[in-house]
Amino acid sequence: MLFALREGDAVNEHSRPNQGAASSPEVRTEALEDLLIEKGLIDKARVDALIERFEHDLGPLVGAKLIARSWIDPEFKTRLLADADQVLQDEGIGGAEIEHVEVKANQPSIHNLVVCTLCSCYPWALLGLPPSWYKSSEYRARAVREPRSLLRQMGLDLSEEVEIRVWDSSSETRFLVLPERPAGSDNMDLEALASLVTRDAMIGVAKATNP
Amino acid sequence: MTGVDVLDGSPASPPRDNGEIVFEAPWQSRAFGVVISLVEDAFFSWEEFRTQLIVVIEEWDAQDDGDRPTWHYYECWLEALERVLQTRSHFKGRELDDLAAAYLDRPHNHDH
Repeated sequence: MLFALREGDAVNEHSRPNQGAASSPEVRTEALEDLLIEKGLIDKARVDALIERFEHDLGPLVGAKLIARSWIDPEFKTRLLADADQVLQDEGIGGAEIEHVEVKANQPSIHNLVVCTLCSCYPWALLGLPPSWYKSSEYRARAVREPRSLLRQMGLDLSEEVEIRVWDSSSETRFLVLPERPAGSDNMDLEALASLVTRDAMIGVAKATNP
Repeated sequence: MTGVDVLDGSPASPPRDNGEIVFEAPWQSRAFGVVISLVEDAFFSWEEFRTQLIVVIEEWDAQDDGDRPTWHYYECWLEALERVLQTRSHFKGRELDDLAAAYLDRPHNHDH
């Protein structure tokens, strides 16, 4: 069954990608971290702080605010599409140390979809960490091979006339989709507009939510 | 309920400050944080780690469906981390295996 495979369903030693020394990933991670601390390569408090940042400070609201602003401000939209890195720098959006970001705008005749076919590259600074399905082999394969059918299965039925452009992320470049502004949102302010921009819309597996 | 709800197993919630819970067990967040820390402190590059992660995922993808273990992204992540550390000689011989084995033998281990 498609997408039935989810990480974390049942953790046991047989599920390791390579059958090395048999031990659970919990224990192995604990041992690995302790060894690295002992060797002075990492500091526990710093790892705590990094996890905290990725889990709580970086999330899709960061990206959603950029999208909402570009709906309101055409000049900002032009800058975001031309040089997202500069915009992120100007806006003081951190966490982009290993990312070059490009923003791709949906149009009535063009729909953009983001995938990382080889692993799980993702615009962390703008969306936080990727959902589990983004990392699944099914999504990675089908996004390129049959994006229209994949999107339909995920609840987005695009007309045959709409061209789907699939952007394969890499360690050099991460992509963010700029979804179209939904009808009926004319009088909404930035904050209200941002609430229409879901993570899935910025990956390209959904449209922005209707108000 | 949208298709994404079904695929994701979680509600397709609107954006919020803290995003969503993306780690399904504490060890996954630890393995993640360790990699980011080591990359930020330049013990290895993100590209080096990613290259290894791609190899591990490819190995997983290449297995026949029947033999293929349940997909565990963060186990691939952990495996890639171990390989990079071995390649960089940060770990010597079997010291990681030995410590993990010692932890497993604890009378009241933390593996639950």
